[in-house]
Amino acid sequence: MHLILFLGFGAVCVAGAVNLLVQRHPINSALSLVVVMGALAGEYLLLGAEFLAAVQVIVYAGAIMVLFVFVIMLLNAGVEERTKGSRIALLFGVPGMLIGSVLVAWVLLTHSNTGEVAVGALPGPPKVIAQLLFHEFLLPFEVTSVLVLIAIMGAVVLASKPGPIPPGKKEE
Amino acid sequence: MVPLSYYLLLGGILFACGVTGFLIKRNIISIFLSIELMLNGVNLSFVAFAAQWHALSGQVFVFFVMVVAAAEATVGLAIIIAVFRTRETLNVDQVNLLKL
Amino acid sequence: MTNSLNLWLIPLLPLIGAAINGLLGKKFSRQTVVSVALAFCGAAFAMALFVAARFSSLTLPHIESVAPWIRVGSFQVDFAFYLDQLSIVMLLVVTGVGFLIHIYSVGYMWEEGGFYRFFAYLNLFMFFMLTLVLASNYLLMFIGWEGVGLASYLLIGFWFTKDSAASAGKKAFIVNRIGDFGFLIALFLLIKHFGSLNFAEVFQSIAPLPPEAAAGTLTAIGLLLMLGACGKSAQIPLYIWLPDAMEGPTPVSALIHAATMVTAGVYMVSRSHVIFDRAPSALAVVAIIGTLTAFFAATIGICQTDIKKVLAYSTVSQLGYMFMACGVGAFSMGVFHLMTHAFFKGLLFLAAGSVIHAVGGEQDMRKMGGLRTKIPWTFWTMTAATFAIAGFPPFAGFFSKDAILWQAYSSPYGSWVYWLIGVITAFLTSFYMFRQWFLTFFGEYRGEAEHEHDAHGTGHDSSSHGHGGIHESPKVMLVPLVILAVLSVIGGWIGSERFGGFLAPVFHFALPAAASGHSEPALSEGVLTVISVLVALLGFGLAWLLYYRRPQLPKQIAQALGSFYDAVLNKYYVDEIYATLFVKPLVDGSTRILWHGVDQNVIDAGLNGSADGAREVSDTVRHMQSGNLRSYAGWIAAGAAVVIAYMIWMGTR
Repeated sequence: MHLILFLGFGAVCVAGAVNLLVQRHPINSALSLVVVMGALAGEYLLLGAEFLAAVQVIVYAGAIMVLFVFVIMLLNAGVEERTKGSRIALLFGVPGMLIGSVLVAWVLLTHSNTGEVAVGALPGPPKVIAQLLFHEFLLPFEVTSVLVLIAIMGAVVLASKPGPIPPGKKEE
Repeated sequence: MVPLSYYLLLGGILFACGVTGFLIKRNIISIFLSIELMLNGVNLSFVAFAAQWHALSGQVFVFFVMVVAAAEATVGLAIIIAVFRTRETLNVDQVNLLKL
Repeated sequence: MTNSLNLWLIPLLPLIGAAINGLLGKKFSRQTVVSVALAFCGAAFAMALFVAARFSSLTLPHIESVAPWIRVGSFQVDFAFYLDQLSIVMLLVVTGVGFLIHIYSVGYMWEEGGFYRFFAYLNLFMFFMLTLVLASNYLLMFIGWEGVGLASYLLIGFWFTKDSAASAGKKAFIVNRIGDFGFLIALFLLIKHFGSLNFAEVFQSIAPLPPEAAAGTLTAIGLLLMLGACGKSAQIPLYIWLPDAMEGPTPVSALIHAATMVTAGVYMVSRSHVIFDRAPSALAVVAIIGTLTAFFAATIGICQTDIKKVLAYSTVSQLGYMFMACGVGAFSMGVFHLMTHAFFKGLLFLAAGSVIHAVGGEQDMRKMGGLRTKIPWTFWTMTAATFAIAGFPPFAGFFSKDAILWQAYSSPYGSWVYWLIGVITAFLTSFYMFRQWFLTFFGEYRGEAEHEHDAHGTGHDSSSHGHGGIHESPKVMLVPLVILAVLSVIGGWIGSERFGGFLAPVFHFALPAAASGHSEPALSEGVLTVISVLVALLGFGLAWLLYYRRPQLPKQIAQALGSFYDAVLNKYYVDEIYATLFVKPLVDGSTRILWHGVDQNVIDAGLNGSADGAREVSDTVRHMQSGNLRSYAGWIAAGAAVVIAYMIWMGTR
């Protein structure tokens, strides 16, 4: 049962990912990514990470992807045209990636003596996560909050329209 | 009882798709989407390992990855907007002013 | 060391004079420069006389240590000065003749440029020479040795804008250096075997040693010291610099290349007699070199046409006599001849300078003649010197040369071969000196200075003289000539026995039991003396015949002798042989191997190559910076794949 569910969600993930590659319009790719994230949330649930599944849907799919869709619509990105690509990417990147992934898959399937995971294997309610977050991981937590603050400020500055040049600064 | 390696394989496939998209896509926003896909693949591996070792810090780490991904997406999109304003295009091949 | 004589003042005073003239002389008037130079040199001479006056009250050898210098473990060398009979003789000769030449130079160089420079260099030379003579250890002597070489270079190349003068200076210095190399190795051997360079200690250590039968340390040291002496005192094979050194002003030739510097080699060999006494092979080499050089140089001298070159070869020849004397163990006779030679050779050079000055710069004897009546003072002083060098009694040269020839014949280390060659050389000496005498002063005047001449300027002032006609030199030049002429006459009257006796305490370490099997000399001293005088007269007679009575004969003889004459005229092509054997291969090898091979192809190529390589690498790498985002992405992916593969490989090992 566990396996069937896993394969189901996994198939949806992979389909969404391949669709993201295939689609020419970025909005279609963005929506495929949302599908992937939803399926991933299902995987997390299978592993017993409920809090994380919820956060994935709320934050990742619900906020970040929405941001992406907003930008795509703001910039009126159209179907991407065929222009000259990079030979390097085709020559090195794709084979490299293929080889890398084949290697990893081979290793995973044959050599790794990892065990099996049960459904809901991860312990604990969100309370335990919160305790971890605020005890051992307090410093990263605070630092990431500062990081988010900086990101907000950066985004505001970068995306704002350049304002009128104050008088007297033109000679500099 | 699913072997852990299946989860890792799934994460690997997602990651590989992300890299491929990163390499072949011409629209800069599509490239960003591929990067997010990569991050998701990695997140899955983290959680899978956390489940195996019964260590909650794997989950917490995924939490931080998501936060950082959010910050990065924000700033990246802001940059794209700024570049779009000047270059009027989203084609990554035409943003090549840095060439020698 | 009862009371200090302040010996250190004697070298120091000329050094101060050199410093003052060298640093400030450009702004001084000529009178000031002269006063400074003469004052300090004269002060050194006065101090030498003062020391001589106190001489009998001293315990000898008198050593004064002024300051410590090198103290390394048990090896110790100080700034110390050494006074004994040998030093006092050298001291008086150097300061006395030097002072006279300083006075002469005032007149000779009056109209030359670089006046202050000349006197600064002269004083500098005096400083180094006095250091050499008064040094109490080989290292301080070596400083003086090198320093006189330096001063010689500076003074030979005094008119450095002239190519030949600059080259002559370089040649002198480089050839000297070859000799110095031998001297240095000898010093190293001394340190290694005797642990010290101080005369007192070294001689004490060597004194108890027996003479070496086979070649050993002392022979090596002796031969190497002789190599140094060959360089400094212009013996075979390093004599080639002395004739070229005539490019310098005539007072320089007189002072350095007749009276003082070239005698440094003889002084050094005499000072090291303890070593040579115990190394019979080295002593024999010294005698052979001296004898051969004396003969060889004399044969070249008879064909020279430049008045100064004749004297240069004569100097080489007379130095050969001194080394011959040292080589047969008669060191004090060598020093005796050194003293008389300083008088008459110095006088000969100064008088030659006076002649050159009189005829307005001409140095070729074929263009002189009949000057006897026009420059009488010069004539009479030069006559005195010529008779002295030829060995006529009762002039100075007769006593010293005769003593040498007698010792060469009768000494346990001597042999009749040395004597015979010495006698033939005496004949040649007399011949070429009187040839010069006749050509210069007798017959018809063959030059052009009678009319308003154009400047020939070979060596002397090249600007127009403005005197017009042949004239006697000013008094400032004549007074030293007269004084030296007097000395040339009476200088030998002290006699060789008394002189030898005076110097005997210096050489008392000397001669252990002589080589056995030497029989009593067959001829007595009187007979040999008569032969010497006869030979001198023969030389005079032949010169009179060829250059006075029948002046057309020399040319016929020269043509009859053909290529042999040409060889002698061209100094046996020795310079050319050296150039082919040593100089050219050295220069070629240096150019090909060191310059092209190492400097250009290795060092420069390495430097340029690394710069080029950096440029090429960056040329290749810059294509990575294409501005194309997707190629960047491609590289990133490829790199990540490599890292992952590596980690997998490491993990599965």
